[in-house]
Amino acid sequence: MPTWLDQRSVMLLVLTAVVAVLPLIFPSTYYYRVAALVWVSAFAAIGLNILMGQAGQVSLGHAGFFGIGGYAVAVGPAHLGLPSWAALLIGAVLSALLAYLVGRPILRLRGHYLAVATLGFGVLVAMVITTESRWTGGPDGMPVAKLSLFGWRASGSDTWYWITGGLLVLGSWLALNLNDTPTGRALRALHDSEVAARVAGVDVARFKLQAFVIAAVYASLAGSMLALMNGFINPDQAGFLHSVELVTMVVLGGLGSVAGSIIGAAVLITLPQVLTVFQEYEHLLLGLIIIVSMIFMRDGMVPTATRWLAKRVRT
Amino acid sequence: MAEFVQFLMSGLTVGAVYALVALGFMLVYNASDVINFAQGEFVMLGGMVTVFVSAAGVPLPLAALIAVAAAVAVGLLLYWLAIEPARGASAVTLIIITIGASILLRGVAQVLFDKQFHKLPSFSGDVPVNVFGAAVQPQSFWVLGGAAVIVIALHVFLERTVLGKAVLATAANRLAARLVGINTATVMMLAFGGSAAIGAVAGILITPITLTSYDVGTLLALKGFAAAMLGGMGSPLGAVAGGLLLGLLEALGAGYISSTYKDAFAFIVILVVLFAMPQGLFGRRTVERV
Amino acid sequence: MTVLTASDISIAFGGVKAIDGISFSADAGRILSIIGPNGAGKTTLFNVVSGIYEADQGRVELEGANVTGLAPDLLAARGLSRTFQNLQIFQRMTAVENVMVGRHLRETCRLFADLLRLPSVTRQNATTRQAALALLDEVGLRDSADRPAGALPYGACKRLEIARALAAEPRVLLLDEPAAGCNAVETAEIARLVRQIADKGIAVVLVEHDMKLVMNISHRVLVLDRGRLLTEGTPREVRDNPAVLEAYLGKHGLRETTHAGEPDA
Repeated sequence: MPTWLDQRSVMLLVLTAVVAVLPLIFPSTYYYRVAALVWVSAFAAIGLNILMGQAGQVSLGHAGFFGIGGYAVAVGPAHLGLPSWAALLIGAVLSALLAYLVGRPILRLRGHYLAVATLGFGVLVAMVITTESRWTGGPDGMPVAKLSLFGWRASGSDTWYWITGGLLVLGSWLALNLNDTPTGRALRALHDSEVAARVAGVDVARFKLQAFVIAAVYASLAGSMLALMNGFINPDQAGFLHSVELVTMVVLGGLGSVAGSIIGAAVLITLPQVLTVFQEYEHLLLGLIIIVSMIFMRDGMVPTATRWLAKRVRT
Repeated sequence: MAEFVQFLMSGLTVGAVYALVALGFMLVYNASDVINFAQGEFVMLGGMVTVFVSAAGVPLPLAALIAVAAAVAVGLLLYWLAIEPARGASAVTLIIITIGASILLRGVAQVLFDKQFHKLPSFSGDVPVNVFGAAVQPQSFWVLGGAAVIVIALHVFLERTVLGKAVLATAANRLAARLVGINTATVMMLAFGGSAAIGAVAGILITPITLTSYDVGTLLALKGFAAAMLGGMGSPLGAVAGGLLLGLLEALGAGYISSTYKDAFAFIVILVVLFAMPQGLFGRRTVERV
Repeated sequence: MTVLTASDISIAFGGVKAIDGISFSADAGRILSIIGPNGAGKTTLFNVVSGIYEADQGRVELEGANVTGLAPDLLAARGLSRTFQNLQIFQRMTAVENVMVGRHLRETCRLFADLLRLPSVTRQNATTRQAALALLDEVGLRDSADRPAGALPYGACKRLEIARALAAEPRVLLLDEPAAGCNAVETAEIARLVRQIADKGIAVVLVEHDMKLVMNISHRVLVLDRGRLLTEGTPREVRDNPAVLEAYLGKHGLRETTHAGEPDA
């Protein structure tokens, strides 16, 4: 029996259990909110992980799609009279379309050229959002109408905890599914050796683009969720710093590992919350975390921990 | 006509700064294959440290010297503590590390200094000079002149001194350089320290015109990188040409097309260059060996 | 029956002509070896024929159809597979997964079905895995099926690449130095494998330095020198050709070839 099957089911069960059981230890509703933040970021990170961890393509502009999703649910209801759920879907479609158009030329690049091109793309998206203030409220952001479905309004930290938690489980399921399939194998193959994958018949450009579009949709949905949850959005959600945070979550947790992306998100979101007294030092700490983890845990937390555990078990 | 010359001069001035940042990128990249995103922070340090040290009573020229020294120290620390330990990591990991370093430096600056904008007095007064009908600040000439001096000095160093040749050799083929006895660690330190010094000087020169604050580094790094890509990462000439060209594009674009999207031009340039001619104006195409 | 024809291939890199007007053809069930010193252009020729480089001039035909300049994945769809001189296995995937990637063209690959992992995908996985295991069996790697490819020894990796190349059910197989770095036992294993492949009706083109292997199994030998064709013929003809003997086989190589065909001492 292939080991993938066991790993996948176990992971999903553990995740579902954690999401279901965690609220029992929450001392106050504030924790619902922090956890929901983690679930949303983890969802975006999992999408980015498909692009970076599986397909091996870097994107330093991913927050751009996050921002598009967020502003879709802001602008849609406010300026176009759309219901929030429709705006959410439209945002995802727009992101997918943009990723498709931009992805084709961008993904022909490699290594640091790709990194900088995606960076440039992300910054341009953030710039447009900041500048078109008639639509987007400019640098100060704009309020976001609450989500309502069939008369029921989604509000309250606990409601959002369950919504985002459920979405995370769904997103994880899809990402884990992908591994042991022709698409997943093609992605992992082109990551290890693009030329060998091509020679084996893999249309490398097509699969890179698929990964890019999938990652964009994940980010867009996450951005929409966050905006609806907060009731507010500002251009920082699409900014370079946020892109760096997303990449750090994926890399910190472990490239290619869904569990890693979730843990990476958890670390990066809860750490500043834990250190709220050090508000000023947020940048400093983020920078330090990035540097230290990249040097000492090059493969990420989950693979490093797994190796360490494996060694322990053996001795 | 006067308007055009105005744009031209301001474009060249800011372009000179981009050129210097691009030079820094190029130096480090050639010596170590690392794209150092913290390059912009050296410019920030040059301006900010000078402002705060001179505000503490130190005469301006000395404050400037201290600022450059501080930047060089930071550059060397960056190499020793962040780049060297990550030797052998992938290109993307290294970029992420330098991004982390730039965020760290920004965080430190935020805490050490403050979040305000700061200015330095112009070196030779504020009376504008008339150039073909345009009013040009004298500081612009300092910037252009300073940049020219640095570029010439760098060129002489690289082409005419043994140490400079060692740097070029390391850039061409690191293993071969080591095999002939070149201490590549020294070369790396030189590259990081040198690029920090160049960045700091650029910061000091430009602060009287554009002001400085703790977060000017990011945008400058990105634009300097765009300039380096435009000119091609292989040569100082490319960096200078790229920087000036980018500055001009930005000023003319902002003047004649859209001033709200002034900052976007650099990024559009990055994307266009990467799609159309990744080797830049003066670079050479490489073939991947299988 | 001629499966692959390359005519008048030339390519230059930055002013240096790597290959100049090379032509050859490969027949089904026959083994053609290409030999020559380092720098003669052998791998470059492979890279052109397999679509990785684009020739400056020349024509490649696969089963009569013009495939000049087609990308590697399109060539794979038309029945051309290859292995690499400097091992390009998928290090982080298991051995069986490596070969399963080779089956990519024989699989139905739909994104949504894969994301949802529909029963059809699971069924297909099982079929592909069976096919891959059978190929691993052929190259003697069945026991290492679920080990990460990066952990396998060098000789095993070479055979893994061959298994992966065979997974696409090619008509033409280009093998780039399959015995490089292998000891005598491993080389004999490779020789047996290559003969087996040819016996199935696949046209095999081999680039090799191991003269014993070349002389043992080849039906025809092509000799390249500095990007040009020096001579072509049966192993015996090439072996006895004074120009080839002198320039390429040298004294050591000559000794090797005169002992080829004799049982291993």
